[in-house]
Amino acid sequence: MSMLSFSEATLQAMIEEMERDPTVFVMGEDIARQGGIFGQFKGLPDRFPGRVLDTPISETAILGSALGAALTGLRPVADMHFADFISVAYDELVNQIAKNRYMFGGQANIPLVVRAPDGIVPGAAAQHSQSVEGWLMNIPGLIMVSPSSPATAKGLLKSAIRSNNPVIYFEHKVLYPQKGEVPDTEFLTPIGKAEVRRAGKDVTIVAYSIMVQKALEAAGNLSKEGIEAEIIDLLTIKPFDMETIVTSTRKTHRCVIAHEGVVHGGAGAEIAAQVQQEAFYYLDAPILRVGTKNVPIPFSPPLLDFVAPKVSDIEQAVKQVLYREGR
Amino acid sequence: MHWARPHSSSIRKECSMGVRIKEFPNVFLDLPPEGKKDLLRTMIRIRSFETRVEELFLAKRIPGFVHLYIGEEGVAAGIMSNLRKNDWITSTHRGHGHAIAKGAQMNRMMAELYGKRSGYCKGKGGSMHIADFSVGMLGANGVVGGGFSIAVGAGMTAWMKKTDQVAVCFFGDGASNRGTFHEALNMAAIWKLPVLFVNENNQYASTTPVSYGVSASRISDRAVGYGIDGYTVDGNNVVEVYNVAHTLIDRLRSGKGPILLECRTYRVKGHYVGDPEKYRTKEEVKKQVEENDPIQRYTTYLLEQSFLKPEEIDALWKEAKEEVETAVRYAEEEPYPAPEEALEDLFSPEQEVWV
Repeated sequence: MSMLSFSEATLQAMIEEMERDPTVFVMGEDIARQGGIFGQFKGLPDRFPGRVLDTPISETAILGSALGAALTGLRPVADMHFADFISVAYDELVNQIAKNRYMFGGQANIPLVVRAPDGIVPGAAAQHSQSVEGWLMNIPGLIMVSPSSPATAKGLLKSAIRSNNPVIYFEHKVLYPQKGEVPDTEFLTPIGKAEVRRAGKDVTIVAYSIMVQKALEAAGNLSKEGIEAEIIDLLTIKPFDMETIVTSTRKTHRCVIAHEGVVHGGAGAEIAAQVQQEAFYYLDAPILRVGTKNVPIPFSPPLLDFVAPKVSDIEQAVKQVLYREGR
Repeated sequence: MHWARPHSSSIRKECSMGVRIKEFPNVFLDLPPEGKKDLLRTMIRIRSFETRVEELFLAKRIPGFVHLYIGEEGVAAGIMSNLRKNDWITSTHRGHGHAIAKGAQMNRMMAELYGKRSGYCKGKGGSMHIADFSVGMLGANGVVGGGFSIAVGAGMTAWMKKTDQVAVCFFGDGASNRGTFHEALNMAAIWKLPVLFVNENNQYASTTPVSYGVSASRISDRAVGYGIDGYTVDGNNVVEVYNVAHTLIDRLRSGKGPILLECRTYRVKGHYVGDPEKYRTKEEVKKQVEENDPIQRYTTYLLEQSFLKPEEIDALWKEAKEEVETAVRYAEEEPYPAPEEALEDLFSPEQEVWV
């Protein structure tokens, strides 16, 4: 094991996969000369000359050309700079990349990764702080993953690059400098499989990305009050691991879903709908969701603090499904 | 049959001041007799296919919408005759002609138009989404301007793998107003990618005339903004299209960067079959059909130059008709996909990385 930051872990993943397969390359804004705005590409261009491409500020052309390259024999990793800018290339993602294989009858493989740094950074406000997986939940043909630790950051990125399908890799900006243990031997984190981070009998908390940490913190506090939460780290947002969620929920009879994206129409809505369908008679309380309130991310610290999901919000939701506190 | 005289035309490369600096000859640069015949054959095959598709659509044999390429065959034939099988193209919603000229099979195309299982896309695409990756046809596109950056990506593959393949992006006058045009041409230009951007200026973006919707007098003038060469040719003169494409595609293969080629043509049929066409007069269309038909013009040229005999030309029409009828029979007889096949082909099979 080595202690690595998220940035270092993803860089290791890039290096290993680019060494393994000469068709892997990466393109995006400020990645070659600058090393990425979070240092996540530092030194990569020296190691792989001609395979780390600085692009103009042209998100549409970045994703569209990544598709063209994927269709013709390369394995592109396209960096979006900020997940928020996916909207600039929305047509390329949802009408071209997501649909290409299906609408042409399965002719092509699309080994394409979109790296999308997301999540709330205090002070970054409405257009640099979003978690946008909700925009894409409704699009058949896309896979979405989001790591919660340096180890899963490395393992999921390697899997995403080796996948023959389009994968959106959401990496939380606040997590980049955080350190954690990463195995020294080669490993992949499988797509489509959640991991149980904490065992518990009283409530299931489904979370991903930075919310896994917040859920763990909440679980620690709840434990002091005699509540044992089971925490599922989703890792793959779509298609999510229903089996693990349902098995846990049938055991605990209660489910809380926590993500940083806006609650309304977010990934949690789909998870909740499916869980109630599969585990309705096991549930002792309505499924609750914790996330950002239904407004854009505001700038001013007190405003942000009010709308962003916090550890205490998770604790409160858990108590609510356990009927420890009234609405 | 009446063969109209070919129009005299000029092929210009314009520099930023709009000064003519180069001309191409209006005789074949380099094409053996069989190649001259092949050009005509391709145009006739496209025309025959499209004419029959219109009939079949009106007879309700083909569902959905169809956008016909009739009158624009000179562009697809002239460009594609300079491409190799492993070169790539991206096409448009008006893409049947591109697919045929790039080497797609009519029977599988027709089966796709019918929504049959043996169609190119197993009935999932239809007219607006025909692709044949085996011949480098990377797909028609239902989104106007959707193909620009896909072609850029194909050009990147040639660039990064150091092959001499090229990518050709077909797009209409309407697509030249999309932001995707700007981003793609700029990106192709900074990396000197082997991409030929072929504008099929057929005078109408759906119902909007190019004279209203395009600010530049020539779409090729927009090349100046990207520091690349832009040309305008008479797209209904297949000799011109062939010659210019021949020179330009050679230049692409030598790594000199992307080029914008505007082919002036005319969309004889409505935007789609059934279009009431309130935006233009019947006289305008009639004049184009009588005086500016690319197949008639080329046929006249071939006869005047004694490159082909009238009976050879008649034989090409007959062959094409038979090919189309065979394709229709094939499409009629093939089965529809089973309903639950609608759920297939979303993802490539995975082993290592998926649970």
